[in-house]
Amino acid sequence: MTATNRTGPAIDVAGLRKGYGNHAVLDGVDFTVARCEIYALLGPNGAGKTTTVNILSTLVRPDAGEVRIGGVDVLARPAQARRMFALTGQYASVDEFQTGAENLAMMARLNHLQASARRTRVAELLQAFDLSGAANKRVAGYSGGMRRRLDLAVSLIAMPPVLFLDEPTTGLDPRSRAQLWSLVEELAHTGTTILLTTQYLDEAERLADRVGLIDDGRIVATGTPDQLKAQVSGDHIVFSFGERHDVLRAAELALRHCADGAQVETDEATLSVRMPTSDAVEDIRALLAETAKAGIRVSDIAIAGPTLDDVFLTLTGRPSAQERSDDAAGSHEQPTAGEKRATHEEKTHEEKEKAA
Amino acid sequence: MSTITMTSRGVEVRHQSRWSAGSDIIAMSGRELRRSLRSVDALVTAFAIPVSIMLVFVVIFGGAISSDGDYVNYVVPGTLVLCLGFGAAATAIGVAQDVATGTVNRFKTLPVLGSAVLHGHVVASLLRNLAACVPVVVVALLLGFRPAAGLSGWIDAGLFAVLIILAFTWLSVLGGLLLSVDAAGSINFVFLFLPYISSGFVAVDTMPGWLHGFADHQPYTPIIETLRALLDGAAPGATLWVALAWLAGILAVGAVGSALVFARRVKG
Repeated sequence: MTATNRTGPAIDVAGLRKGYGNHAVLDGVDFTVARCEIYALLGPNGAGKTTTVNILSTLVRPDAGEVRIGGVDVLARPAQARRMFALTGQYASVDEFQTGAENLAMMARLNHLQASARRTRVAELLQAFDLSGAANKRVAGYSGGMRRRLDLAVSLIAMPPVLFLDEPTTGLDPRSRAQLWSLVEELAHTGTTILLTTQYLDEAERLADRVGLIDDGRIVATGTPDQLKAQVSGDHIVFSFGERHDVLRAAELALRHCADGAQVETDEATLSVRMPTSDAVEDIRALLAETAKAGIRVSDIAIAGPTLDDVFLTLTGRPSAQERSDDAAGSHEQPTAGEKRATHEEKTHEEKEKAA
Repeated sequence: MSTITMTSRGVEVRHQSRWSAGSDIIAMSGRELRRSLRSVDALVTAFAIPVSIMLVFVVIFGGAISSDGDYVNYVVPGTLVLCLGFGAAATAIGVAQDVATGTVNRFKTLPVLGSAVLHGHVVASLLRNLAACVPVVVVALLLGFRPAAGLSGWIDAGLFAVLIILAFTWLSVLGGLLLSVDAAGSINFVFLFLPYISSGFVAVDTMPGWLHGFADHQPYTPIIETLRALLDGAAPGATLWVALAWLAGILAVGAVGSALVFARRVKG
């Protein structure tokens, strides 16, 4: 117990470097997470999020740097550090051939819980994670959301003070996502420190007390979601049209309407115009009046908040790594590109609902 | 939805001891046995296929290869070894799945003996394959297999089978750690076809000359001949030591290789 520190930060990471061959995956990562805080590492695929989590959870040794969890030096004392945290990876690592209760009971045993405490703990977690009804069903029959909840429950069996959540909601439907979010929030309220990685801005915004923006193996900005968003251009309005020739004409109107230096983007594929706004209602009213006067028919209007790409564009002066890889020829078959498109569609869908 | 009430914060956690490693391995073995017993695929692979192989060799090929009935006694040991290898190879798929699903990552971050998950695979494979031997031997006996071995011969044969399973299983564990799930699934073809080019099913003399060198010196020939001698109540002689050397070598490569690869294998 001499090595543990009960008052310092829950997680303290300094100068973390890791390279594979000539490629630096982590290029000097520093951050601290206070006790009971939710800290989100936000960044695109390949930014170094999972490598960071793998180093923190003793799976990978860094080339340089220091990691302390609850005061325990992770690199020097990995066995002791493993008592301080639990890992929920990107994939729901639960056994399909076991029931939910069996998965939990096995992990209770592997975490060396006293035999008398195991049964109560398993029942308690099944209840808390809304899985009591499916406790004796095999996981093979679980939905994606149920698997993630079980996965999270399994991580919590020994009540670790620190929890690593690596992209906990990737691939989940919106309802399961919201459910998982409230579970994570409650965990933080009950005293668990959470390090979360995500590529979704809305997830970081909803959950994190503080966000570390990670790109190309470095943390490029840290702050509360509000602090970060304040550095990012505001909302956008997206007008969609039925006719191709209307797009350019509307873009001209929008450009004339906006303040000098504003960026109005046109998208030939979706026949839409995207303009920045500080007063969406007023700008929509004005633009609709002008397009009506010009005889342009607007087919759809949506209000879009800052996206992860906007944050990157503002903070790094260039598009995110993901955007760049999308531009590379032939990269559209890559699953990352597919995922990104899917999230964009999902996002626009939500925005339309919001605007309606 | 109910709320999380973490009433038992500060659950009693015992510290790791010499005994907990054994307990970890038992927990992992139980996990693997569930995997084996709960999937129709796994049950067919473990039990139905070995029995079918025995039936095919004795009933279908047996008549053509030898009409005097002695072929049953000749072919059963080879078929048993083939079945043990085939059964052990299933371990590779389970291990590869554990790597692919991130389960290995999770186990490695627990305060347990990390390799307990691999030991669990091996213990389960041992129990599964020994159990699979029972119906295979019963079918062989029904088909006219009449081994001359007494009780001690059977015990020796059983111990030898344990060594075979351990060696083949650790090699499969290594394969599972190195390969994708799909590739791991095809490892059993090695265990399925290599025995044919040995003295297990037909005498090496009857094979084309260019195969003799391989057939005489590959591990299956001494392994099968040792088991045949043990079941026949005869002294295996020098072939026993050749077989033991091969099995010890395979076991060492499999177990040491697995330990080295396991320490570095990370999904993600």
